[in-house]
Amino acid sequence: MSTVALTDAAVTEAHHGSAVREWSGPAPKRIVTGYGFWIFILSDMVMFSAFFATYAVLLGQTAGGPTGHDLFDLRNVAIETAFLLASSFTCGLASIAADVRNTTWFQLAMAVTCALGLGFLILEGQEFASLVVRGAGPTRSAFLSAFFTLVGCHGLHVSAGILWLLTMMAQVFTKGFRPDIQRRILCFALFWHALDIIWIAVFTIVYLLGSAK
Amino acid sequence: MSNAHNEADVAPGDEQLDHGSVAQRITGYLTGLGLAILLTATSFFVAGTNLVWEPSIPVALVVLAIAQMGVHLVFFLHITTGPDNTNNVLALAFGVLIVILLMGGSLWIMANLNHNMMPMDQLMQMQR
Repeated sequence: MSTVALTDAAVTEAHHGSAVREWSGPAPKRIVTGYGFWIFILSDMVMFSAFFATYAVLLGQTAGGPTGHDLFDLRNVAIETAFLLASSFTCGLASIAADVRNTTWFQLAMAVTCALGLGFLILEGQEFASLVVRGAGPTRSAFLSAFFTLVGCHGLHVSAGILWLLTMMAQVFTKGFRPDIQRRILCFALFWHALDIIWIAVFTIVYLLGSAK
Repeated sequence: MSNAHNEADVAPGDEQLDHGSVAQRITGYLTGLGLAILLTATSFFVAGTNLVWEPSIPVALVVLAIAQMGVHLVFFLHITTGPDNTNNVLALAFGVLIVILLMGGSLWIMANLNHNMMPMDQLMQMQR
């Protein structure tokens, strides 16, 4: 606010060049879009924190059923973590390729990201299926309800992210690196990296802390 | 990046392009990946080991997770402490505040309720 007031009085005579830069109109669309999506991601994290709180509260409410220590296979979780971390890295490579408008590297990095994300989903699907087969489905206890809600919600986000990823590959293929496509790529990268951040909390709170005796 | 009109801000997730070539940016992502792998491996090791004092394990896991989230924010989402990132950091700080209130508050209240509630068998007795 004070800079605007300054601009009128003093700065106009003295530093003409810098005075113009003090207030150069509304922010460019890339910043507005990116910031708005950043707010959405933070609200998504608030939603996840409610699921995490539910899980932490219900961790001991196993209704005589299996506990996390009996159920969780940490080797499987480690592989899932590796897949998601690697996909976050290749997603970063795709952002760089999009910035320098290199279609080949963009499509390649996105394809690898997609493959790693699908690998993650397949492992998670197998884990859920084996839990249900062993009689530890979401209806078994409050603990398992909270587990399936939290981890399943993250899995749904990853699925949505993969659909978005494929859409971005198709849009770059047909429309090229237009500014609006670039903004969507920015938002997608934010989304994908945020999913990996949430997964850190999942493997720590759900699996590592949840499988302690 | 395409922020020629406004040099005061950077979109969340964007790096300032004048600060690095493609090679430098890839190096940044590689650094983040290396640190993240290190922290993840430490988490999984600490969770399954007998080498450290057992009650310290949950605290260690939480600290490692927060550190790794920081690594992801800095190296993958490019959230910095620079003046061009003030808005992004403020939004993040508000989000973190809500997350802490929600999780900490829920755990606190539920632990308190559990502590003060009569054991279930006694409650059943009274209702007869």
